[in-house]
Amino acid sequence: MQIDPATFWIVLPVLAIGTYLIRLSFLGVLGSQPLPAGLRRALRYTAVAILPGLVAPAVLWPAATGGETDPARLAAACVTLLVGIVTRSVIGAILAGGVTLYAVLWV
Amino acid sequence: MTPIRSPFLRGCLASAPFVIVVIPFALLFGVVATEAGLNLLQVMLFSFSVFAGASQFAAVQLMQDQAPVLVVLATSLAVNLRMVMYSVAMAPHLGAAPFGTRALMAYFLVDQSFAASQLEFERRPDQPLADKVAFFFGTVTPVAPTWFAATFAGAVVGETIPPEYALDFAVPITFLAICAPMLRSVPHVVAAAVSILAALLLAGLPYGTGLLLAAVLAMAAGAGAEVVLSRKGRAHAD
Repeated sequence: MQIDPATFWIVLPVLAIGTYLIRLSFLGVLGSQPLPAGLRRALRYTAVAILPGLVAPAVLWPAATGGETDPARLAAACVTLLVGIVTRSVIGAILAGGVTLYAVLWV
Repeated sequence: MTPIRSPFLRGCLASAPFVIVVIPFALLFGVVATEAGLNLLQVMLFSFSVFAGASQFAAVQLMQDQAPVLVVLATSLAVNLRMVMYSVAMAPHLGAAPFGTRALMAYFLVDQSFAASQLEFERRPDQPLADKVAFFFGTVTPVAPTWFAATFAGAVVGETIPPEYALDFAVPITFLAICAPMLRSVPHVVAAAVSILAALLLAGLPYGTGLLLAAVLAMAAGAGAEVVLSRKGRAHAD
């Protein structure tokens, strides 16, 4: 589906300013002070708490196949994750996932 | 070979390898955002003003799903909350610079400049402030122009790529590839697993709120696992 322009023009400035303020927080304003341990613990897991959940539905129920689980996409996702964990290489994982996707789709 | 003296050049060299990751990521953002209906100006404004790839993808996907503005903003800002840690880590090293310089550095505080600078400042904490600032700006020099140029290229070619290339799946693959190396400890794995499970179970909730809820649960699970493990570790040590 296409993005609604009104939504876009609200999201863009707020996301841009919000992200900038996050970056500026301690470096620009709050200075060198220790972060409470609890907060630091929670922040450590923000990215890894959101990104996998964001893609999980797209892996199991891709919009491109009308929500039907697709062996090619499922296999590609598993290979990407596995290669990424084993090799720690982002590019290696992307390539392995891409090759798997096309191999299962087209062979 | 003589070692490179200029801290700026050493910064450039330290973050040069990241270019290999930034190019496909930015290209893909250009393509995906264009296919979601954004025009070239909107795509470029996005990359210039937000300048944080993962949150840009998250925002585009949620806006495409017609999630309400507040959910889009909460989720994509949450993706960027990790940068509070970057800001905290940089403050002792760069905090003495003039405010204008710090304000500019804050704009350029991205995953790559943080990772390269953090490594350098931990290795050589006693170098003068001017050297640290120069090194920091060095680290963004290969990355930032690449990010903007590749976004542009992606937006331009985006409309010409036919659907049988299954490009819809390039985003999940890229995100999984970025996440995989993050799974370096048990709490990280716990957080990721809870995130996936909860996002799937809560996928039926309206307006993308399922993902937001899943993220909170996953974050708590990761932090909780860390506490439990460190207690166990301490008991072991005693």
